[in-house]
Amino acid sequence: MSMTLAEKIIARAGGRDLVEPDDVLWVDVDLAMTHDSSGPRRIWPSLKELGVGVWDPDKLIIVADHFVPAQDVGSARILQTTREFVEAYGITRFHEAEGISHTMMVERAYVRPGMLYVGGDSHSLTAGVLGCLAIGVGSTDMLGIVATGRTWLRVPRTIRVQIDGSMPTAVAAKDLILTIIGDQGMDGGLYRVLEFGGDAITEMDIQERSVLTNMCAEIGAKSGIVPADATTVAYLADRGIDVSEGPFSDPDAVFEATWRYDASELLPVVARPHKHDDVVPAGDAGYAPVTRAYIGACTGAKHADLVMAAQVLAGRTVAPGVLLQVAPASRATLQEAIEDGTAETLMAAGAHILSTGCGACPGIGSGVLAPGEVCISTTSRNARGRMGSPEAEVWLGSPYSVAAAAIAGQIIDPRELMAASV
Amino acid sequence: MTVIQGNVWKFGDNIDTDVIVPGKYLIGDLPEIAAHVMEGVRPGFADLVSTGDVIVGGKNFGTGSSREMAPRAIQAAGIAAIVAQSFARIFFRNCINVGLVPIECATTGDIAEGQRVRIDTAAGEVVVVDTGATHRALGLPPEIGAILEAGGLEPLLKQQIEGKIS
Repeated sequence: MSMTLAEKIIARAGGRDLVEPDDVLWVDVDLAMTHDSSGPRRIWPSLKELGVGVWDPDKLIIVADHFVPAQDVGSARILQTTREFVEAYGITRFHEAEGISHTMMVERAYVRPGMLYVGGDSHSLTAGVLGCLAIGVGSTDMLGIVATGRTWLRVPRTIRVQIDGSMPTAVAAKDLILTIIGDQGMDGGLYRVLEFGGDAITEMDIQERSVLTNMCAEIGAKSGIVPADATTVAYLADRGIDVSEGPFSDPDAVFEATWRYDASELLPVVARPHKHDDVVPAGDAGYAPVTRAYIGACTGAKHADLVMAAQVLAGRTVAPGVLLQVAPASRATLQEAIEDGTAETLMAAGAHILSTGCGACPGIGSGVLAPGEVCISTTSRNARGRMGSPEAEVWLGSPYSVAAAAIAGQIIDPRELMAASV
Repeated sequence: MTVIQGNVWKFGDNIDTDVIVPGKYLIGDLPEIAAHVMEGVRPGFADLVSTGDVIVGGKNFGTGSSREMAPRAIQAAGIAAIVAQSFARIFFRNCINVGLVPIECATTGDIAEGQRVRIDTAAGEVVVVDTGATHRALGLPPEIGAILEAGGLEPLLKQQIEGKIS
């Protein structure tokens, strides 16, 4: 019998030769991650109650990213609890304010192709960009994993997402995934694994690909995966890790469906306020005025995102009445942007550089929105109240579109500015 | 498994964890969070609910973040079960793990707010007590039923660790 890549990984983790969609089985987790919000403060009291410790302190990564830097005594206490947990259980890989957990998992190459990786956050899917099966869970699921190294899974059906052609100028992976979500709806991939392939994917770098796996959460998917190819192998080799391409789905594996797109037909798009599947071309957004432009989160503030924004912002100035904020996805992102001049370009245009972390994206950190504000953001979600006041509006777009709106003071097709700059 | 009977509170499609429990409350403890449950879509909901009531939703209930405070807050407000056309997958897992019954039923559109329903999780059916109308629901696999019967994943882990079950 043939299997998809996701099925192969689950079968191996469950000690089975074969699994089929809808099988429910207990599996051994290869690697787990939890953060300051979902992790120690929720899990530790239960671990004490159960009278058990951490199943393997080398296989549990802890990242403090939601409450950094502490805004008040309450968040400082959460961070303190996180550090105390790390110390008490001898966690070997802990990062505080070094970057957003999902960005770190990829940037530090903590996951490897073929792994079963479970993270205590819905955007844990991001790590599937390196060819692992990356699944997000809540706190009690993570408690079970932290205590035993095991969890239960229902085997998902796999949808093949085939992206042919080449991406046009000023169109980003963000535009591609928003287009897919707009077409399929926010539950269009519910319980499914999306496996990405095609020429446009082959041509994309790891950071851009990771926007696709990241936002599989916004289509309801259990996971998104890009099987390890030459680009993956080279990315890992740069980090001192020697792997070969694959594993892959079997040639005759059964996919539930294939979604086909021609990348060359894509446009810059935006999601309208409150529903991330309400997607329209950026040029059809009615020139909606904005008060805030936010470049942040695991979705939209990696080095590649900052470079895209800088391409639009170079030699220009943010419109009066607009606040442009940039919260880099990691310290390494900021370091790289400083070294190559990207940060200088952003600041010369008027951007405020915030500290690294989840920031305003989950409505917790710096830069949240007041009632009546209209924001365009490179983040992944725009549900009412997500980034602050329920009376604020959030549009989602690519770094090009967010930077263009910051300059124009209203939402425009970024190509209007980019054509003028050449 | 159990039979649950309660009054219906009706919600639409794609009820997001950001409206169930807005992020700004996540710094707090459960009682404080539960006082604001569903505030993003129905302010004052926590004061309206009686213990044992049932939420009936549309498709993709609980979409959004992994925050387990979403089902915990719903449970702490007194809700005994959620019936929806489909659930966001992490929310579905979180419900099971905290011992809040999630039932998938394709015809929730025909159930009205204020009606009284009886849910039989083993038979996989939802009956509107007022009219006798019976709605087919998906039964829960035995692996999942075992977690709910234990009262959630943590009590099940406790039993496993204490060696009561393998």
